[in-house]
Amino acid sequence: MNRRNFLKQASLASTAMFLPKFVSGFNLIDSAVATGKKLVIIQLSGGNDGLNTVVPFRNDIYHKNRLSLAQKKTNLIGITDEIGFHESLIAHSNLYNNGELCVVNNVGYPNPNRSHFRSTDIWHTGSGADEYLQSGWIGRYLDVTKSKSLNAIEVDDSLSLILKGEMTDGMATKNPKLFFETTQAPYFKKVVEHHDDAHLSEHNLGYLYKTMVTASSSAKYIYETSKTFTTKTTYPNTEFSKQLKQVGQFINSGLQTKVYYASLGGFDTHANQANKQKRLLKVYDEAMAAFIKDLKQQDSFKDTLILTFSEFGRRVQQNAANGTDHGTSNQVFLIGNQLKKQGFYNPMADLSNLDSNGDLKYDIDFRQIYTSVLNNWLEVDAKKVMSKSFMDINIV
Amino acid sequence: MTLQEIVHLYNRVGFGISSSEATNLKSQSRTQIVSQLFEASRNFEPLSIDISELTTTLKGLKMKDRKKARALFKESAKKIHEMNIAWLYKLGNTEQLLVEKMTLFWANHFVCRDENIVHFQQYQNTLRTHALGNFKEFVVAISKEASMMKYLNTRQNKKQKPNENFARELMELFTLGRDEYSEKDIKEAARAFTGWNHSIMGDFRFRRRQHDYEEKTFLGKTGNFDGDVIIEIILQQKKCAQFICEKIYRYFVNDQLDDSRVSEMTELFYEEYDIEKLMRFVLTSDWFYDEKNIGTKIKSPVEFLIGIHRVVPMQFEKERELVYLQKLLGQHLLFPPNVAGWKGGRNWINPNTMMLRLRLPSVLLANGEIALDEKGEFEDDFQRFNNKRNRQRKLKVIPDWETFQSREKNTTTEQLQQTLLTSPLNRGTKEYLEKLADQDLKEFCIQLMSLPEYQLC
Repeated sequence: MNRRNFLKQASLASTAMFLPKFVSGFNLIDSAVATGKKLVIIQLSGGNDGLNTVVPFRNDIYHKNRLSLAQKKTNLIGITDEIGFHESLIAHSNLYNNGELCVVNNVGYPNPNRSHFRSTDIWHTGSGADEYLQSGWIGRYLDVTKSKSLNAIEVDDSLSLILKGEMTDGMATKNPKLFFETTQAPYFKKVVEHHDDAHLSEHNLGYLYKTMVTASSSAKYIYETSKTFTTKTTYPNTEFSKQLKQVGQFINSGLQTKVYYASLGGFDTHANQANKQKRLLKVYDEAMAAFIKDLKQQDSFKDTLILTFSEFGRRVQQNAANGTDHGTSNQVFLIGNQLKKQGFYNPMADLSNLDSNGDLKYDIDFRQIYTSVLNNWLEVDAKKVMSKSFMDINIV
Repeated sequence: MTLQEIVHLYNRVGFGISSSEATNLKSQSRTQIVSQLFEASRNFEPLSIDISELTTTLKGLKMKDRKKARALFKESAKKIHEMNIAWLYKLGNTEQLLVEKMTLFWANHFVCRDENIVHFQQYQNTLRTHALGNFKEFVVAISKEASMMKYLNTRQNKKQKPNENFARELMELFTLGRDEYSEKDIKEAARAFTGWNHSIMGDFRFRRRQHDYEEKTFLGKTGNFDGDVIIEIILQQKKCAQFICEKIYRYFVNDQLDDSRVSEMTELFYEEYDIEKLMRFVLTSDWFYDEKNIGTKIKSPVEFLIGIHRVVPMQFEKERELVYLQKLLGQHLLFPPNVAGWKGGRNWINPNTMMLRLRLPSVLLANGEIALDEKGEFEDDFQRFNNKRNRQRKLKVIPDWETFQSREKNTTTEQLQQTLLTSPLNRGTKEYLEKLADQDLKEFCIQLMSLPEYQLC
């Protein structure tokens, strides 16, 4: 059977009987995840300074600790009498006004780790600080729902831990055309064309061939499906924006993928933070504005939930270099129009009650948010995905 | 020895072998060849890069001088990358195959990370010193390494405030495996390691005042134990010998354990914990060469990359690209994901890494293109992190085909296939290769390396 026939057959359930059991599992349309809901996860990588993002501008402790970095009320986009958004977050403040944004304040975990690597691992795997998991929470979601790799896509060239499961890993692609071309290159293509599906065993060699077929058929499916949609929305000309544009194309073209992950880096602002953060949040906010507009135009916004996090917030007390050092808890943004709770989920962090390091003490465990998203949005039993049971904060 | 057996042996204790070398060895017996491997590894060469300047600065460093300290740390972190590259080239060119392969194994057993190059270089060579030595001495030496004492918080472990991290991992990951001890045993062992510390240059220091001299009860024994005695008691458990033998079996023989073979190994290893003796036993036994053990293991990214290099030597013009390749393939040497190390086996393979592996030989050896924008680092600023080009590009690699051709001038396509592929072939792939049999050896070599079968050894 050549590849084209194989693909054709694999999409027809009736021919599955000709194939060994596990090969027939290549069916590209995945009945296990038939709902139309999509989750987009965004990481502000490096540790965004949450206190200067959603700002308690009336708080004296805030001003005392941020002598040169404190945001003045006049620069902020007002939300309430006490809290303002950073001036770059124009789209977010509109989302707030429309009831399409939920800010979860002071999200963290016990015994916070202040290393980028470790804390990112903790957020990606959904582990505790004392626990080393080797799979990500979205990867395990793929495992539990018996989904195919292409049900979770990272818009990048390599795969982060968040999408690695115990059994199945998600896929990484930033550009479906290049991704597809890779499978069409000499040597690779020949092997895909000539190999014999009927003789794949459950041994390592069978596994390798199976993965090769998955890669090659997914690349084709992703490319051919996504190219059926061309956006009418103008996106800003930044790399992050291009990533979201790609996600928009994936979603609007009807790709079956459930979860997308992208990251925007540069938030490690130890020195001269003000301008850096202003520019970064602008890049983030403007890209989101275009992305949401794109989704709304195609009526796919209602089925999309966007979750933005950062691996940690930053220290309350600024440093001598007009920057901030690694801290602990931080806000999480949830965006969508089916939010159960809109606006602020909970009060701002208590700045008068810091830990011995001068950092915030968390109120909401990030895994409670994951639990809510898994149970209510991705519609899978969160207990099967998370290593422990967490209270569902019922947010989406 | 048959060609297949020679290739199998060299796949497992090294990174494959060229056709011509394998052919030359055919007249020798198994014992001869295995003995030569041990002989060649007798005097290992340390992994060393030039850190003399850094060492001098470190010696004179006063911790109060924060500016100087910070500059030193930065310089040191750079040197770790230099050591990473040096290690890869060492693996690519060494004659001391066995000790280097064992070191790779132990580095993923006694997993450690450190940004202090002075300490970490010493750590790497402690791995080499004991790689084929006595396991008990090995555990003691590793426990006293500065890098390890930092990585698992031994130096924060004080009588007044014990830290259990090292005691726990010592048992769970280094010696016994899970569920062979109680939480109480961990607490008691941690007390025995209190006061272990190191000097600024990385030498072991015992701080009496921080050591808990009281009585401890550990694994059923009671006494005034220190860390050395704890290690001795652990090694008295046969379970420890078994745990190590299982790991060796999985790494060198087969992912799937064969209980009776492991138990033969355990009996032997338990006698004196002599690693060389154990490895000699494995490599000379008939079952090591059983059909079911040949060509069944999935190569690690390092085995894959070095394996290509050993057939067609490569020179990377941009070392950064070599670093990025390791990251993309999922194994950046010296930067293990966590204390449990890389899981290995099928965990190396996902659709992305599979595509990359199948494409890489033509990218490296035939000027092929690949899309690989680098993921930014956390500390990078905006420009650096988000500077993605989003297009295919070539790697700056110079393959040395002359060496390949002079080495393999008498090699047939069939012989090349036998040395590069040891697993049974997929039927369709086999038929395809048969059609290529009269192709240019160079082309044929790239095609062989671009097969799923080449991912196995």
